[in-house]
Amino acid sequence: MNFELTEEQLMIKEAARDYAQRELIQDVLERDEKGIFPTKHIKNLADLGFMGMMVDPEYGGSGMDTISYVLALEELSKIDASTAVIISINNSLVCYGLNRFGTEEQKRKYLVPLASGQIIGAFLLSEPEAGSDASQQHTTAVDMGDHYIINGTKNWISNANSASTYLVIAQTNPEKKHKGINAFIVEKDSPGITLGPHEDKMGMRSSDTHSVMFSDVKVPKENRIGEDGFGFKFAMMILEAGRIGIASQALGIAQGAMERSVAYAKERKAFGKTLAKHQAIAFKIADMAVKIENARNLCLKAAWLKDNHMPITVASAMAKQYAADIAMEVTTEAVQIHGGYGYVKEYHVERLMREAKLTQIYEGTSEVQKIVVSRDLLKD
Amino acid sequence: MKILVLISNVPDTTTKIRFTGDNTAFDAAGVQWIINPWDELALTRAMELKEAGGVEKITVANVGEKITEATLRKALAVGADDAIRIDAPAKDAFFVASQLSKIAGDYDLILAGIEASDYNGNAVGGMLAELLDYNSVSAVSGINMDGDKFVINREIDGGSQVLSVTGPLVAIVQKGIAKEPRIPAMRGIMMARKKPLNVVEAVDAHEKTSFVNFELPPPKAACKMVDEENAKELITLLHEEAKVL
Repeated sequence: MNFELTEEQLMIKEAARDYAQRELIQDVLERDEKGIFPTKHIKNLADLGFMGMMVDPEYGGSGMDTISYVLALEELSKIDASTAVIISINNSLVCYGLNRFGTEEQKRKYLVPLASGQIIGAFLLSEPEAGSDASQQHTTAVDMGDHYIINGTKNWISNANSASTYLVIAQTNPEKKHKGINAFIVEKDSPGITLGPHEDKMGMRSSDTHSVMFSDVKVPKENRIGEDGFGFKFAMMILEAGRIGIASQALGIAQGAMERSVAYAKERKAFGKTLAKHQAIAFKIADMAVKIENARNLCLKAAWLKDNHMPITVASAMAKQYAADIAMEVTTEAVQIHGGYGYVKEYHVERLMREAKLTQIYEGTSEVQKIVVSRDLLKD
Repeated sequence: MKILVLISNVPDTTTKIRFTGDNTAFDAAGVQWIINPWDELALTRAMELKEAGGVEKITVANVGEKITEATLRKALAVGADDAIRIDAPAKDAFFVASQLSKIAGDYDLILAGIEASDYNGNAVGGMLAELLDYNSVSAVSGINMDGDKFVINREIDGGSQVLSVTGPLVAIVQKGIAKEPRIPAMRGIMMARKKPLNVVEAVDAHEKTSFVNFELPPPKAACKMVDEENAKELITLLHEEAKVL
């Protein structure tokens, strides 16, 4: 067992940290306040190679491993989890899906611009009545011979407006239930696609979330991913890997909150000594550190398993559930340590707390992760 | 034209400084090492000159033990073409300049940060120029090529100065030479592994100085809060304690 990071992995961590602490920090509060998409940052991060980190350089990616991806997302999320989620979706849902299951033509046409960050992608699975239970797809994709016609509504779609390429999950053969579901590459400017209003979210406010309506949207047959009926399996396999991204994001949020708490505790005085010298506060920080270290180990273990082509279902679910839940706990305590200052926006920790909440919900709630973990243990 | 950028391996600027050996040596335990910030700016300017055309190669060089290779790799990831590590501990400025003089003779332009952020020596660049018998200009805040000459901007007391200098040249650069250091792109990080990092044996040279003693600055005094209605007390404190009035 070797816990040492390679020189390259350390350099990527440092590059992500430098960009976050030098650039993202500048306007993170304003973007959160006004819900502004980080267009400039996404372009810069794409130039640095963050939009297709794990994609082969032949298809426009950076050819890095998943460990590097965890390290990068942690560093970015410490400062700005909204920007991190835009990157996470593009990398671990859209690019990963196309890289693993796309045809050569699909990769050339869509993966190359996505992985190099010329365009960004979105993953359209959730529906008004199909969130945690993703098999209940009401969006239909009717087979018309040489093309499909898609109708329906997708909900809570991150990157919905900023993306040019969608991966859409829809039902083709309802009688086959989840085995009738397909996945499609759909260009956002296809006739018949309309967007709902920008969701006014509690946190992650700099990422753009909309519902997307499909009305007789024509999709060529060559844009279906995999064999007929592969869509549900595709979605599940993609989400399994995607959880590592969100787990790392939650880890970064928690680490960011702890770093701010440590700095504050060393500076702020109460009853004649710094907060750091009060055991009540020092122990809170110790608890944070232990939880964060556990979360980091789970994230890195899941990433290592993925890099070594081993099963990740349980490991990624554990990482996501634990990291998200401790991010909520750690950020709540960070606000507590900051007292009144923690409750105002200038000190960032209330934003981190709002951001942490979403990591327990999207890409599979904490409860769904527990279903995944317990099913594995309790199966006959 | 070939550019050599001198790279010092220094502790991260947020490092808590401690000494060992009865305050005669810096305690390097647990220290995170980085490229000296001025050298990083020098490398950025070298990259800009190369992108503008006319530069054949950028080499980065360092005198240090194996631990400094991570810093050289980062310089390669940022965009240098190759790296040289002279295998010896960096004992003092003369020792370092003597070592560098053995590998620096092929370069038309040598960029050195004005000082390293650890010992603030401000000596290697000038000594190297002397050993090589090259022109040297210090406190350079801008550099451009004009045919076979270099156009140099310097900040001087109360204004600025523009010089035209013939090469080969050692330019000792300071803030302003480039806007900000570059973050290495992932492609650069991957390519860094494949770029040459040549380890060169040290030559016989002797240091001319040795450390006698280090002292940490006195700890910062605690912050005193004065109530807003007590302006008089504030003035007294500023006058008598802080002695700034």
